[in-house]
Amino acid sequence: MQVQNPFPLSRDELLTVYRQMRTIREFEERLHIDFGRGDIPGFVHLYAGEEATAAGIMHHLNDGDRIASTHRGHGHCIAKGVDVVGMMKEIYGKKGGSCNGKGGSMHIADLSRGMMGANGILGAGGPLICGAALAAKYRNKGEVGICFFGDGASNQGTILESMNLAGVWNLPVIFVVENNGYAESTSRDYGTAVDSYVDRAAGFGLPGVTVDGTDFFAVHEAAGAVIKRAREGGGPSLLECKMVRYFGHFEGDAQTYRAPGELDDIRANHNCLKILGDQLTAAGIISQSELTKIDEEVMVLIEHSVKEAKAAPFPTLADLTTDVYINY
Amino acid sequence: MARKISMKQAVNEALDQAMAADPTVICMGEDIVGGAGGNGEMDAWGGVLGVTKGLYAKHPKQMMDTPLSESAYIGAAIGAAACGMRPVAELMFIDFMGVCFDQIFNQAAKFKYMFGGKAETPVVIRCMVGAGFRAAAQHSQMLTPLFAHIPGLKVVCPSNAYDTKGLLIQSIRDNDPVIFCEHKNLYAHECEVPEASYTIPFGEANIVREGKHCTIVTYGLMVHRSLDAAAVLAKEGVEVEIVDLRTLSPLDMDTVLESVTKTGRLVCVDEASPRCNIATDISAQVCMHAFGALKAQIEMVTPPHTPVPFSPVLEDMYIPSAAQIATAVRKTIKGSK
Ligand SMILES: Cc1ncc(C[n+]2csc(CCOP(=O)(O)OP(=O)(O)O)c2C)c(N)n1
Ligand SMILES: [Mg+2]
Repeated sequence: MQVQNPFPLSRDELLTVYRQMRTIREFEERLHIDFGRGDIPGFVHLYAGEEATAAGIMHHLNDGDRIASTHRGHGHCIAKGVDVVGMMKEIYGKKGGSCNGKGGSMHIADLSRGMMGANGILGAGGPLICGAALAAKYRNKGEVGICFFGDGASNQGTILESMNLAGVWNLPVIFVVENNGYAESTSRDYGTAVDSYVDRAAGFGLPGVTVDGTDFFAVHEAAGAVIKRAREGGGPSLLECKMVRYFGHFEGDAQTYRAPGELDDIRANHNCLKILGDQLTAAGIISQSELTKIDEEVMVLIEHSVKEAKAAPFPTLADLTTDVYINY
Repeated sequence: MARKISMKQAVNEALDQAMAADPTVICMGEDIVGGAGGNGEMDAWGGVLGVTKGLYAKHPKQMMDTPLSESAYIGAAIGAAACGMRPVAELMFIDFMGVCFDQIFNQAAKFKYMFGGKAETPVVIRCMVGAGFRAAAQHSQMLTPLFAHIPGLKVVCPSNAYDTKGLLIQSIRDNDPVIFCEHKNLYAHECEVPEASYTIPFGEANIVREGKHCTIVTYGLMVHRSLDAAAVLAKEGVEVEIVDLRTLSPLDMDTVLESVTKTGRLVCVDEASPRCNIATDISAQVCMHAFGALKAQIEMVTPPHTPVPFSPVLEDMYIPSAAQIATAVRKTIKGSK
C-alpha cells in the first residue's frame, strides 16, 4: 500500500534535506572535537542546533539567488551548496580551500553558488544584500537576496538602514533574524529594546513573520511565502527564526551565562534534526534505517573532508601577494 | 616592587583604579561584563578575552554592557564625554572602527577646534589591534595610522604592561579623545608594574635598548621583534638602539632625531600596511630634520600591502619577523657612506 506523503516536499527532497541538515550537524560536531584537539586555528563559531533554518530557507533558492551570511556561516554555506571538502580545507587554512586558505571559517564564500561570504563584521550583510537584490532587479529573472543576521546584529545601524533602503527601492530581499537568544554571552532581551521583530519590521513598512526555527517545515513554509512574494516583485520582508545554539558563542566559550540545565534542555527538546527525523518516520514515508544509512554516509563524508584537509598543502609565499592590487 | 603582572591585568588594574578614583569614569562595551539579561552568571565574560573580568563586582554602576551597535554606543560615549563624564568605551577589535568611524573622526576629534575651544571630549576608546591570532582579515589589522592621521585624536599603542597601566590612566585623565590600542598578542606579556596608580605622559618615547650603530623606531608588538633582532645583531657586533614610540599621536620626534643623529642609521618597523603608515611618517620627518646625519638610506620593515591572511603559514609570513628586521639593519650598515 502506498503511504500518502503529507509534506510539501517529495520523498527524495526530504531525504536530501535530512542529509543536508545532518551534514551541517556532523561538520560542526567534528570541528568542535578537532578544535579542542588544537588542530584548528582561529575563531570558530558553530551553527549546530540551527540547521533547520538554513535548510528550510535554502530549499527555495537557486545559485542565482544570493545570500549574505554571518560569522556563524558554515550551515549557510552547506545548505547553499558550497563544497564540504573545500570548506574543511579552508578552515584548516589550506590551499584548495573555498578561499585558498586566505579567509578561514569567518570568511568562507562561493560566489558561483550565490554565497556572498560569511562575515566578520556584524550587520555588514545588510547593505551588501540590498546591492545583490538591486542587481537581481536589473536582471529581472526573479532572483532574490537573503540577509542572515543574529538577534545581536539586528541592532546594527547597517541592518536598520538596509531594511529602509530595501523598502524604498522595493528590493527582493528577505531579512532573516536568526534569534538564538544570545549575542555572545549577553541575552537577546538585554540588548534589544523591542520584543517582537515583526513589530520592528512594521516600523519600516515591511511584513514580518516569526517561526520556530527548529522546525524545518515551519521555516520552509514561511520562507516559501516571503520568497515567492519577493520573486514576484512584492518587495522585502523579515523572517524571524527562533532557534537554539548547541555550542558556545565560539569554541572555547565556557557558557557560564546560561542557566543550569539550559543546554541539556536544548539538546533534549529542541534538536531540530531529531524533530525532522521524528516527523518523517511518524508519517511513515521514510524509515529509521534510511535515516541511519544517511547518517553513516555523512560521517564518511566528514571523515573524508578532514583527511583531505589535513593532507592538503599549505599556501606558499607566492600566495601571500596574489588577489590584491599592489603597484609597488 | 618585584610584582609582575600581564598586560591584560595592567588594563584591568588601570580601569579599576581610575573608576575607584573618579565616579565620572564609566566603562562600556559589548560583553565587557557579560551574562546581562540572562539566567546564568553575571560577569560571565569580562570582555571577549576576559580583560575586564571582575570589574563589574567592584564597580557595578560604572560597568555597562551595550547592544551590538557601535555607532550608537561609541557615539554616546563621545557625547557623554562632552557633557562631563569620562567614558572608556571598548570597541572589541579596531577592525570594527568602520562601523562607528564618523562619531570618532568627524565628531570627537573635531569638537574642541570646531567649537572654538569651548568643548572638551575626554573619551577613551580601547580596542585590540594586530595580527597573529589566526583571526583573518577583519579581526587582525593594525589601523593605527588611520587615527594618527586625524587632527584632534591621540593614539596610544603600548608594548608592555608597565606602559599600558600608566598610559591608560593618563588617557582617562586626558581631556582629548584617545584611541587606546592593545595588541592582542601582548596581553599575556608580563613585566614589573607598581601597584599604586601612576601616569606616563603622552609624547615621550622610551628607549628600550641603547646602541650606537643603528636606530630602530617602532611600537607595539614590533618592539619585541626588534629586541629579538637586536639580540642576534649584538652577536655580530652590531649594537642597535630601539625607540618605542608608545604614543603615535602626539609623537616624540625629539627622541627619534636625537637617536638617529647619534647612530646615523634608521630602520622603521611598523605592523601597519606599508603605505602612509607610522614608518613612512617617521622616515619623512627624519629626512626633513636629520638628513645630514644619515650615513645610509633609511630602511622600512612592514607587512606586504595585503589584507591579513587567515592561513597560519601565510599570517606568519605576513607579520614582520625578527629576521627581516635584522636584515634591514645589516643593509643600513653595509650601505653606509
Ligand atoms: C561590528 C562588529 N561588532 C562586534 C563583533 C563581535 N561579535 C562577533 S559575533 C558577536 C555576537 C553576535 O550575536 P548575534 O548577532 O546574535 O549572532 P550569534 O552569534 O548569536 O549567531 C559579536 C559581538 C563583530 N564581529 N562585528
Ligand atoms: Mg544570537
